[in-house]
Amino acid sequence: MKTETEKIAPTATNTNFKSEEYFINMGPQHPATHGVLRLLLTIDGEIIKKVEPDLGYIHRSIEKMCERDSYQQIVHLTDRMDYLSSHINNEAVCLTVEKALQLEIPDRVKVIRTIIGELTRIASHCLWWGVMGMDVGALTTYFYGFRDREMINDIFEETCGARLTMNYNIPGGLMWDIHPNFVKRTKEFVAHFKTKIPEYDRLLTGNIIFQKRMKGVGILSKEDAISFGASGPVARGSGYSCDVRKHHPYSALDKVTFNEALKTEGDSMARYQVRIQEMWESLSIIEQLIDNIPEGDYKVATNAVIKLPKGEYYQKVETARGELGVYIVSTGTKNPYRVKFRSPGFSNISLLNHIAVGGKIGDLVATMATLDIVVPDIDR
Amino acid sequence: MNNNELQELIGSWFPNPEVTIASVVVEENKESSDLSTEKDEEKITTKEVINPSLLSFTEEGSEFLTIVVKPEHLHALMNQLKSNPKTRFDYLYCLTGMDWGKELGIVYHLESTVYRHQLVVKVNTEDRENPVFDSVCDIWKTAEFHEREVFDFFGIKFNNHPNLKYLFLTEEWEGYPLRKDYVDEVNMVIK
Repeated sequence: MKTETEKIAPTATNTNFKSEEYFINMGPQHPATHGVLRLLLTIDGEIIKKVEPDLGYIHRSIEKMCERDSYQQIVHLTDRMDYLSSHINNEAVCLTVEKALQLEIPDRVKVIRTIIGELTRIASHCLWWGVMGMDVGALTTYFYGFRDREMINDIFEETCGARLTMNYNIPGGLMWDIHPNFVKRTKEFVAHFKTKIPEYDRLLTGNIIFQKRMKGVGILSKEDAISFGASGPVARGSGYSCDVRKHHPYSALDKVTFNEALKTEGDSMARYQVRIQEMWESLSIIEQLIDNIPEGDYKVATNAVIKLPKGEYYQKVETARGELGVYIVSTGTKNPYRVKFRSPGFSNISLLNHIAVGGKIGDLVATMATLDIVVPDIDR
Repeated sequence: MNNNELQELIGSWFPNPEVTIASVVVEENKESSDLSTEKDEEKITTKEVINPSLLSFTEEGSEFLTIVVKPEHLHALMNQLKSNPKTRFDYLYCLTGMDWGKELGIVYHLESTVYRHQLVVKVNTEDRENPVFDSVCDIWKTAEFHEREVFDFFGIKFNNHPNLKYLFLTEEWEGYPLRKDYVDEVNMVIK
């Protein structure tokens, strides 16, 4: 005989409900889930006993679509995964294809890719910072974050015509050369944003209410971070050095010096501070490169029909959310035999249950915000 | 450790019992003087063909050292790879389900956060009706979600998985979408 609760929650039938425990649905249309993510919460009063993510609401099976498409077409699918890191996702596929073809990419392309990649990271973190504040009740941050992100989007628009899903990378280089204004406007942005991060800190970081909601909440140990396959700021907030840009540098990242943002506390505040620190580091990388963009071609010619040699290719890059891996198995034809995207969000959401249990529902919202979830990145 | 050292060490964990038998046979033949030299050479060539380990290693067509392991040795190998102080593969960064056409399989990409060496482990089965492997959830926690994803799209089941049910698909979904023989005329656009 099923209880009333089990009828409502068919996927939670294995849970042995005690009289005081009950089940609620968070999402798929909850504003704090930032997309169509459904969480099945088992709670006792306001204390969370279990969080079970229910995924797949916007699953488009990009991996299956890739098996049908050519290598140039695959690039366009990837910026629909983590749309806030679209440039870096495109770059990941292009790097994999270039690695397989053993193409020598001009330095100009490498430098431009890296600059735009770091701009993408800052734009993503700006949006995260705005939404993060909003999730804990500080609506003002939303407008400040979007104001600064808008400047980056304008640069992107001028460069490649798109503001979000950019498709600026192609296997072999870039779609077009940079706009004549690119260097000037990027420098303007860097100068502008350097005065804004301290403003972010004054507005939110030091706020006593914010600190009370962040410190000591959602603690993730370093061992668990590694075991759960966490990456990006989530893992670095737990003291786990995992920056792909440091350990497996790609494009022009081996030519620049920067510090990997690391915190050892493992709580929400640590993850927050890692991202703020990363914005400074990204600015530093851009400053090192922007005056020294080498002259040269913006792409090398590839065959109109790209056929990868038979074999398996893996490339990892650091998106704004963590480690994105592209695994391509080729049988030598014009389509890949199998493509797997190892997305950072998928591994990061798997540890939500671990860090949210024992906390309150309000804390779950704040903790989720520090994981910086983008649902299409999880679902793919 | 470089790939050769890794191969030597990991191979020694699973010695092939046939190797010792083969070498005994060769030695016996050498002792008996009435055998022709031709036969001796034959025996020696056979000995070289036999893999000294139950695992097979390859570096062909991939940048990583790749191990192909039989399903019955999978869990023991994985456990050893993680816990052995010389290998310490504590970071399972990618777990991929594969349909190789005839066989179904899984590809594990491993990295050690201590030594920063990388390794690929593959396991395959020809059973397409009821493919089952041992779960590695107890070794790496990230495997729980990744294995559920493989269960969704390839129908591969995992022994000792704590919560093996569909993660992305709805419960009533029929078929396994990422298998090569999957057909869905309504939702798939085939060019």
